[in-house]
Amino acid sequence: MVTASAMLAQAGFAGGHQVQATPSFGSERTGAPVVAYTRFSDAPIRTREPIIVPDAVIIQDPTLLRSINPFQGMAQDGWAVVNTRESPDEVREGSPDAPSAKGHLATVPADDIVREYLGRPIPSCALLGAFAALTGSIKLDAVADAINRKFKGKVASGNIKSAEVAFQWVKDHAGHEDIGAPNGIEHVAADLPSEEEMPAPIIGTPEVVNA
Amino acid sequence: MPELLEGSQSVARAVAMCRPDVVCAYPISPQTHIVEALAGMVRTGKLKHCDYINVESEYAAMSVSIGASAAGGRVYTATASQGLLYMTEAIYNASGLGLPIVMTVANRALGGPINIWNDQSDSLSQRDSGWLQLFAADNQEALDLHILAYRVAEELSVPVMVCMDGFVLTHASDVVEMPTQEQVDKFLPPFTPRQALSIEHPGSIGMMAGPEIFTETKYLAHRTMLSARGVIEKASSEFEAQFGRVAGQLVRPYGDTRADDAEHRPAQSDEIVVVAMGSVLGTLQAVLPVLRAEGINIQLLGIGSYRPFPNQRLVQAVGEAKRVVVIDRAIQLGIGGVLSDDVQRALGSKPVTVDSVVAGLGGRPITEASLEDVLRRAAKGELEDLTFMDLNQEVVGEAA
Repeated sequence: MVTASAMLAQAGFAGGHQVQATPSFGSERTGAPVVAYTRFSDAPIRTREPIIVPDAVIIQDPTLLRSINPFQGMAQDGWAVVNTRESPDEVREGSPDAPSAKGHLATVPADDIVREYLGRPIPSCALLGAFAALTGSIKLDAVADAINRKFKGKVASGNIKSAEVAFQWVKDHAGHEDIGAPNGIEHVAADLPSEEEMPAPIIGTPEVVNA
Repeated sequence: MPELLEGSQSVARAVAMCRPDVVCAYPISPQTHIVEALAGMVRTGKLKHCDYINVESEYAAMSVSIGASAAGGRVYTATASQGLLYMTEAIYNASGLGLPIVMTVANRALGGPINIWNDQSDSLSQRDSGWLQLFAADNQEALDLHILAYRVAEELSVPVMVCMDGFVLTHASDVVEMPTQEQVDKFLPPFTPRQALSIEHPGSIGMMAGPEIFTETKYLAHRTMLSARGVIEKASSEFEAQFGRVAGQLVRPYGDTRADDAEHRPAQSDEIVVVAMGSVLGTLQAVLPVLRAEGINIQLLGIGSYRPFPNQRLVQAVGEAKRVVVIDRAIQLGIGGVLSDDVQRALGSKPVTVDSVVAGLGGRPITEASLEDVLRRAAKGELEDLTFMDLNQEVVGEAA
């Protein structure tokens, strides 16, 4: 989770952005909700406040949608990736604050993908692939590069494959959201750099932290 | 070349470039990633000629550090919070013996109640321990300060704490510029101890000092601490000349852009001056343009050296300002802000009002909105002497 936030920052850094990634540790036990924040900016990032109103969220653990509202404060044309087998409209039904703008909410069965290509239920890298497809704010190549910096061998190749499959999944399914992929996706990508900051909290389950 | 690194990793790499002979630490959040990384470097041979010593507690970590330093080694350790308190007895001995140990304090609250998150109560509780305390505003300065700290510590024969906000900096991934080994070697020559324990020439250290000499011992230690201001300033300007970056300024003026830093002048009588220490300086930089656009004349000063405290530089920088607001990340129960006290004492002779704002205790996020609000009130002269930022009135039973 925290690693994903840093890898997202790495991918943004590779794309020429100023970046900052900050985990927010909560209860120090496996399975407790954890949030990590990533900022992209074209100017040096000075602030250390947590992201309060995100432009984008990546939700790793969809069971959290039933207990907290990770979309709180988001604009309706914000961006969200959710790790779930449900469709974007099914997610919107239970989560009224989820981005309503067409093509701004992507769902991807990342757990299924990583189970097949990585062999373990750690969907972070797949979700970064999906995020790259949805927003275009990071490149798939940069995600692969960030994975290679963090992991080696089969873990690296399994994560890269998972990211590629999730990327393609979002591209293939974006059409259902009437944004005319792949052109729509590219249009979306062209919109993003005008944002001064592109913070993306990642919400999911934590790694263990010692006290 | 700029790289994206977690604060703990960049500090560990900087410490390794200082070529320590001994690293001895006991893990405690949020310092653990630093010493884990150093342990890994020793184990894999990336950090050569260095012993990593595992110990059972912080008390032992400082005791081993004292022994290794007294034997003439360059020594590194790190701790936080209750771990710092646990080694306190030995901390005073390290400074009393004049041992130039460098220790990272990953600033964390003191319990109870137990709390793992950031504030600055831990190192500030050691303000009278005879250690220098340098504070990092961001992760670049955190890694640079370690290199600077060894230079200053060894010149003065005094230990140094490099303080960086726990989690906020230690666990944040930021873009930093790592120096090269050559650069560090040029700035930091090999350690030559003034005296070292030796089997060939047996001697004793740590003898008792009776009433006839104790005052003089403390007087000399105080004088050394005062002279540290000049030593830090000289090291800081040499660091800037060699590395092209600012680190370890006693008092650092901040603008909302780096270009502003160079244009600093003493504050005018219609300006308010904000004084803070550590990572909150970054968030304060982010709010400066907002407040200035509203017509609030405001300047921002960072305290880079808490011990020794830079009285004279602060007086100069505050200039003619009539109001100073201190953002304090620690509280002395029954009195008020800790840093506020030092600021008040330094400015004692000036006709200036010092507003103390206690903020960010135990990891409470310090938001731009709250800082803007409190500084707007300060500009109107509406703050009490002591303000608890974002205090939940309902919880404390004082709801209006």
